[in-house]
Amino acid sequence: MRSILRARALALACVLFAAVPATAESNLVVMKNFDYSPMRLTIAAGTTVSWKNLDGEPHTVVSVDGAFRSPALDQNDSFKFTFAKRGVYKYVCSIHPKMMATITVK
Amino acid sequence: MDETSRRGALKCLGVGAGTLFTLSCGVFRAIDLAKAATNAIAGAPLFVQISDTHIGFNKDANPDVIGTLNRSIDLVNGLKEQPAFAIHTGDVTHLSKAQEFDTAQQLLKRLRVTDLHVVPGEHDVTDGPGVEFFNRFGSASKRRGYYSFDASGVHFIALVNVMNFKAGGLGALGDDQLAWLKNDLAGRRAGQPIVVFAHMPLWTIYEPWGWGTAEGAEIAALLRRFGSVTVLNGHIHQIVQKVEGNITFHTARSTAYPQPVAGTGPGPGPLKVPADQLPKMLGVTTGILNRTSAVPALTDTTLA
Repeated sequence: MRSILRARALALACVLFAAVPATAESNLVVMKNFDYSPMRLTIAAGTTVSWKNLDGEPHTVVSVDGAFRSPALDQNDSFKFTFAKRGVYKYVCSIHPKMMATITVK
Repeated sequence: MDETSRRGALKCLGVGAGTLFTLSCGVFRAIDLAKAATNAIAGAPLFVQISDTHIGFNKDANPDVIGTLNRSIDLVNGLKEQPAFAIHTGDVTHLSKAQEFDTAQQLLKRLRVTDLHVVPGEHDVTDGPGVEFFNRFGSASKRRGYYSFDASGVHFIALVNVMNFKAGGLGALGDDQLAWLKNDLAGRRAGQPIVVFAHMPLWTIYEPWGWGTAEGAEIAALLRRFGSVTVLNGHIHQIVQKVEGNITFHTARSTAYPQPVAGTGPGPGPLKVPADQLPKMLGVTTGILNRTSAVPALTDTTLA
């Protein structure tokens, strides 16, 4: 009986551990080969997301609804934004508008 | 783009010192520049087109964009006859920075021309409203970016297609500018030569890389009734040309760095080539008014 409870507790702990909000690394979006990576990111309200450009070509991070806009980011430049409000934020590179991604804030 | 135009485009890329395209009854013919010199294509250069100077760029593909711009300016200043004015088809700077604009403006002042007409590229307006760009180059268009003027009987139209992007889309004029263009062309006699210049290609060259303008078909429809239309664009850092009836579309080389041919590689980024190849892939375009024709003929010249 006790071993089953322990197993269940362990299983529950595993599930909880997996669901714990991510470390700083997973709130990082990189721009590489004219793509945002990851293209879809889900975060909790109040989280700060960082973007870093790894391409030799500048990119920008511009939200479609006007919530945020980065300056032109050269190679290795970064930009941060803290998402206070819940919602779905679609954003695009204003230099290469074919580059698009989404952040969902829960 | 279809195979014939791709082959044509590749031929354009490989051309050495210069190619002269003359327009005869709406059909372009390529004439080797050496032959043209002996036949003396008579006519004064009306304008020179410089594009994609990208002041502020400093990566491998060209660590000295100021140097190559200076060489391009020297090339223009060294022409037998000076063009009346210069057209810059955008991406003056690389990162829209004030310092980059200051440097670019200073360098471009060396051009021995009376006027400089500039339209923005997407690298020039990354702040949104393009404050630094319009502070320096906004007076001709009253900070709208689009305007028109006449020179030697030719009607020139400056358009901006980098400030109305839709996510996932091509360049765009926006409704106001399209309405203005319609109005600007209305009532104009069909025999007047028209030159339109804008940063992004006004026809779709390669959709996956955003090389085109959303209202391209409507713009072509407005221009179709004119006997001679020349469309000058930049953005793609290589020469691609298309003739559609009386409309000739022509993109220019950059003075900073080349870009890959459409579809080769992950995207339209800087293309690194061997150092001795670089000057052959950078250059300017001259529009010459032939004395027997009121229509400008285009010449592309490289730095080497």
